[in-house]
Amino acid sequence: MELKEKLLSSFMVFENKVDIDTYVHDVRTDAIKTFEEKGFPSKKEEAWKYTSLNKILKEDYSVFPKQENAIEYRDVKKYFIYDIDSYKIVFIDGKYSSHLSQTTHDGMDVCLMSAALSKPKYRLVIEHYFNKAATKDSLPALNTAFSSEGAYIHIPKNKLVEKPIQIIHFSTGNESATMLQPRNLIVVEENSHVQIIERHQSLTDNSVLTNSVTEIFAKKRAIVDYYKIQNDNSNASLIDNTFLKQKQESVCSVHTFAFGGKLTRNNLNFYQEGQRIDSILKGVTILGNKQHVDHNTLVHHIEPNCESHQDYKGIFGENSTGVFNGKIIVEKEAQKTNAFQSNNNILISDKATINTKPQLEIFADDVKCSHGCTIGQLDESAMFYMRSRGIPEKEAKALLMYAFSNDVMSSVKIPELKQRITKIIANKLGVNLGFDL
Amino acid sequence: MLKINNLHASVEDKSILKGINLEVKPGEVHAIMGPNGSGKSTLASVVAGKEDYEVTKGNIEFNGEDIDELAAEERAHKGVFLSFQYPIEIPGVSVTNFIKTAINESRKAQGLEDMPAKDMLKLIREKADLLEIDRKFLSRSLNEGFSGGEKKRNEIFQMAMLEPKLAILDETDSGLDIDALRIVANGVNKLKSKDNAVVVITHYQRLLDHIVPDFVHVLYNGKIVKSGTKELAHELEEKGYDWIKEEVNA
Ligand SMILES: Nc1ncnc2c1ncn2[C@@H]1O[C@H](COP(=O)(O)OP(=O)(O)O)[C@@H](O)[C@H]1O
Ligand SMILES: [Mg+2]
Repeated sequence: MELKEKLLSSFMVFENKVDIDTYVHDVRTDAIKTFEEKGFPSKKEEAWKYTSLNKILKEDYSVFPKQENAIEYRDVKKYFIYDIDSYKIVFIDGKYSSHLSQTTHDGMDVCLMSAALSKPKYRLVIEHYFNKAATKDSLPALNTAFSSEGAYIHIPKNKLVEKPIQIIHFSTGNESATMLQPRNLIVVEENSHVQIIERHQSLTDNSVLTNSVTEIFAKKRAIVDYYKIQNDNSNASLIDNTFLKQKQESVCSVHTFAFGGKLTRNNLNFYQEGQRIDSILKGVTILGNKQHVDHNTLVHHIEPNCESHQDYKGIFGENSTGVFNGKIIVEKEAQKTNAFQSNNNILISDKATINTKPQLEIFADDVKCSHGCTIGQLDESAMFYMRSRGIPEKEAKALLMYAFSNDVMSSVKIPELKQRITKIIANKLGVNLGFDL
Repeated sequence: MLKINNLHASVEDKSILKGINLEVKPGEVHAIMGPNGSGKSTLASVVAGKEDYEVTKGNIEFNGEDIDELAAEERAHKGVFLSFQYPIEIPGVSVTNFIKTAINESRKAQGLEDMPAKDMLKLIREKADLLEIDRKFLSRSLNEGFSGGEKKRNEIFQMAMLEPKLAILDETDSGLDIDALRIVANGVNKLKSKDNAVVVITHYQRLLDHIVPDFVHVLYNGKIVKSGTKELAHELEEKGYDWIKEEVNA
């Protein structure tokens, strides 16, 4: 059976397990219809021109895990930023793991989507926010149809959340191929500040396809820093659909560290619904060995006096492929917009390819927009300079690549996270430089 | 220490060095002078192991060993140091991190452990003080936005950290004001010993007033056309290179 058919028939099974007499289920029912009409995106669509899902859709995914699986903390500790105190929302094959998690209801909600969807006290929030930022594209719609579990975070007004929140999705590989569809909802009320780290990690080489949706609502003057660590196994694919709606004077940043996996597609969408908003999108991509990463960003400037900053760096080795497609829309009302976008790439193999395309749709006249992309090789004169000082070729290359990604690294606000990412990069490059940039 | 025998080198089939012979012994200071484009920087780069240049004839020995086949970093580990005429900017890597990496990689090559962080810090401070380098400077990106003089001073700082056996200083004096020149020359002299050697590439006498050479060579059109003692440098300062060119062309 084709995956699409399988999912459509699974929906009926799914309906038997959930409360169908709810607002959310009406949304799900609409969403499955949307998915049924649209199907999976194909390369014929402009937005999917360079990314084909064909191969990964051919696997025979198990859509609901057959059993609950447990894992020991000591076996997966390394995937946490464990040297800091943090809240943790952890899932194993899509099911919540209370054993590995540390949630709270003390003055804020850092808990589960399943609870938020079923308990009456969350009903108003859910009706107000659920699926209000996600688009009706086929993949977000598919996720919406099956939405049942994920992280639910609600930070009330005037709260500085001191500990970062880690959201981690493990897949055990107990089945030969697994499809996961986590659904996260994050609401940050006025003047509050939260830091979130998200990671998807498969524990075996069995195939995993994750189609994730995260909706983030940042109210007036809220600050949200979101970090995505994408460093999964070579048979794990991720379609990440993230939507941020920002109100006036809020500052939201999303850093995406794309180092691993088979195919990764990041649909990252920012909507500015107020004045003096700042949106920050940063990424470091380091790929090798047949890996594919596609960053598809949208910043929608709707109101005046806002800013957006996009800075994506990519290093592509072996026969990896990269795509950057950055769309900026500046509406007619959005005067005095400052929108910056840069995408710089280094190809370290002549078999690697990168497609980079800015898309600007500007309807206001008094705006500052700049975009630039570069594709280059490692600087040979810098290589000789470093080697002449005793730094071997491999380490010199690594140092140059670190340096190249440093603009992005320098805005990571959690030191332990920065250290960890530096280590992942070093690992990826097979060197040990003994310091953090 | 360094013995260059009938060295020919070319880049993209263009012959640049056309038979260089030069011997530098421990404890000696040699100056290489000569008009622009004569091949001085090329000679320095070939000795340091730049792969763009192809050695077509002759060879380079360092402490009795033929080093032609060695990579630049291997030469560095043996004690060869080149102070660049145009130091390269490396945004995103601080002076401190760069020199730490260079030192520890050299130690690794010698089978030593990394230098303890405390010792490293102390050494960095000591050498920065020697070259009157502001501490704040050390956390800046390597050479990025440095003035000409700052770049050169930073080169000598790295030399002081690495303590090479053979230091080749390629126009380290250009871009330096008189105070900086004194500081740099003083730094070089402090590092001088009977066991190491310095090759100074320069156009001007003024650096040689501070770092006094035992021998002076004139490189012209890919060859050493004249060698002498420090008096030769004075003569060149006074008369320029035309008389040398005439002698060669005659
Ligand atoms: N990488 C290179 N490619 C092409 N020509 C070069 C290269 N390096 C040096 N040359 C040429 O070789 C000659 C000598 O240059 P150089 O060694 O820099 O001289 P100097 O340092 O004495 O001024 C010049 O004509 C220069 O243009
Ligand atoms: Mg030169």
